[in-house]
Amino acid sequence: MSEYFAMGGYAAFIWPSYGVAALLLVVLFLLSARRLHAAERALDDKEMAEDE
Amino acid sequence: MSGSAFHRFANPGRFLRLASRILPWLAAATALSFAVGLYFALWASPPDYQQKDTVRIMYVHVPAAWIAMFAYGWVGLCSAAALIWRHPLADVAAEAASPIGATFTFIALVSGSLWGRPMWGTYWVWDARLTSFLLLFFLYLGHLALLNAFDDRQRGRRVAAVLAVVGMIDLPIIKFAVDWWNTLHQPASVLKMGGPSIDASMLRPLLIMALACQCYFFLTTVMRMRALLLEARQRTLAYRRNTTRPRAAATMMTGGTTGGSGA
Repeated sequence: MSEYFAMGGYAAFIWPSYGVAALLLVVLFLLSARRLHAAERALDDKEMAEDE
Repeated sequence: MSGSAFHRFANPGRFLRLASRILPWLAAATALSFAVGLYFALWASPPDYQQKDTVRIMYVHVPAAWIAMFAYGWVGLCSAAALIWRHPLADVAAEAASPIGATFTFIALVSGSLWGRPMWGTYWVWDARLTSFLLLFFLYLGHLALLNAFDDRQRGRRVAAVLAVVGMIDLPIIKFAVDWWNTLHQPASVLKMGGPSIDASMLRPLLIMALACQCYFFLTTVMRMRALLLEARQRTLAYRRNTTRPRAAATMMTGGTTGGSGA
């Protein structure tokens, strides 16, 4: 198993490539999801108030 | 104002309904294709006979670079549509996709550097391919900066759209830089005349990861478009409240949540 993670001696280049990509894509997704949920919730509140 | 605003939202309204229906499918397709793609990229594919295991960086680097360029084409064409036809969705589509394209560009630059060090002996060279790709990153940053540089949102979008359209000249330069100028960067091995010159065992993870990144792009773009449209509708509602029933609006503003403006 440790042989697998060593990636033939190139671990220091391969894992950071995947790590940076995964981190950035996850963060961007979470930011986008949070912004969407905030917008949906805010609009629900407003339209509810509009109907009263 | 309210009459023209209603007209402008007629089309986005349809988009909003469509978006909420396709988002779960896009999310599932993204998760599934990343799972399969990573399985092949990191496990079920052989090391290259020359590049050994560093070839696995290709499965991140090349799809990221493809989507970085695809996203810029998207931003550029949507910006052109926004400038020419003033279509309300086109502006939103360009604004939503820009940070996603910038992220993929950054990933391609970082993973390319990490691949260059063991294979070329250097993290960076100022050759045509790498420099034109770095320029792509700056075009994205410029586009994002201009979007937020004006108090008048519409004005910011128009100026940013002009930059996005002009910047599209960088796309063919990136694509053909490896053919036109001497470089360390290898030439195209997938999108070229006569078909791919890459073994099926490596083409498979490459294409599945590209599909995953493409799904991710559409997923996050549609999410951000939906958020931008809902925020715009919210502003319209707040404006209408403030002009027609000022007292009710005042109580609303203190009680309700304010939409996020970051990211």
